[in-house]
Amino acid sequence: MSEEIVFDCLHAEIVNYCLDNNKKHDLGILEYIGFTTGYRLIERLTREVPRFKDELETMKFICTDFWTLIYKKQVDNLRTNNNGMYVVQDKAFRFLTRISPGTQQLEHAPKFVAFTCGLVRGALSNLGINSTVTAEVQSIPACKFHIEVNRN
Amino acid sequence: MAFCIAVIGKDNAPLYLATSDMEQELQLQYHVHAALDVVEEKCLLGKGAPESKELYLGLLYSTENHKIYGFVTNSRVKFIVVIDSTNVALRENEVRAIFRNLQVLYTDAVCNPFYIPGESLTSKKFDRSVQKLMNGNA
Repeated sequence: MSEEIVFDCLHAEIVNYCLDNNKKHDLGILEYIGFTTGYRLIERLTREVPRFKDELETMKFICTDFWTLIYKKQVDNLRTNNNGMYVVQDKAFRFLTRISPGTQQLEHAPKFVAFTCGLVRGALSNLGINSTVTAEVQSIPACKFHIEVNRN
Repeated sequence: MAFCIAVIGKDNAPLYLATSDMEQELQLQYHVHAALDVVEEKCLLGKGAPESKELYLGLLYSTENHKIYGFVTNSRVKFIVVIDSTNVALRENEVRAIFRNLQVLYTDAVCNPFYIPGESLTSKKFDRSVQKLMNGNA
């Protein structure tokens, strides 16, 4: 437990740092930090893993192993339309669990999910899947990530 | 014990190449280059067959003097190792061990924040460790 809190604190500080320096609430920097982290991290995490057969298998890896290693839990639901759209649902997203639940603090949610959007995009990018990742928070601490694979 | 160790990026651009014998460098580079076609072929075949999901690709091809082994990571980075074909003492699992160590070294190099993914590997630490690996005392 004690080592997990360090990551939470670091993440909170990164969020503060990125948003302090530019007043325009630009989440791009935060997303980019996530991207480079994910890109490098996945190289290490897939070291012992057999080659992925297809896109869905890669997504499953992201939702189980990758999520467990970073957030100490698996995602609650993964859905796909089999046409490049994936919806990952986490009912208690780690970076949102410290905020009081409900809709009151909803305006602050985007800055706590931007890093993870980048993280997932970076990991997929290094595995050869070019994607766009967006997040949707309807009520804290639940969060949905929409992954749209760009096939071209 | 290995003649040449090469790291090839996902777009088939060479990231790193080390040879034990400078005089043969050009020839070895040619061998590595030729091996890429075999790697591609093996990866394509692997789409359906379940037994070929391993990252280690095994012997790609051999010539009179060299044996060329391959390995592909999940991120499509290729490792090619050229060894002396007259060296019968070197067994398959030793080649596997070389690749395993090489992958550890590569992931460490990639996690260096000063390294930009896709650029050639110029890290001195990486180079030193690969030289050691090539001489068989990693």
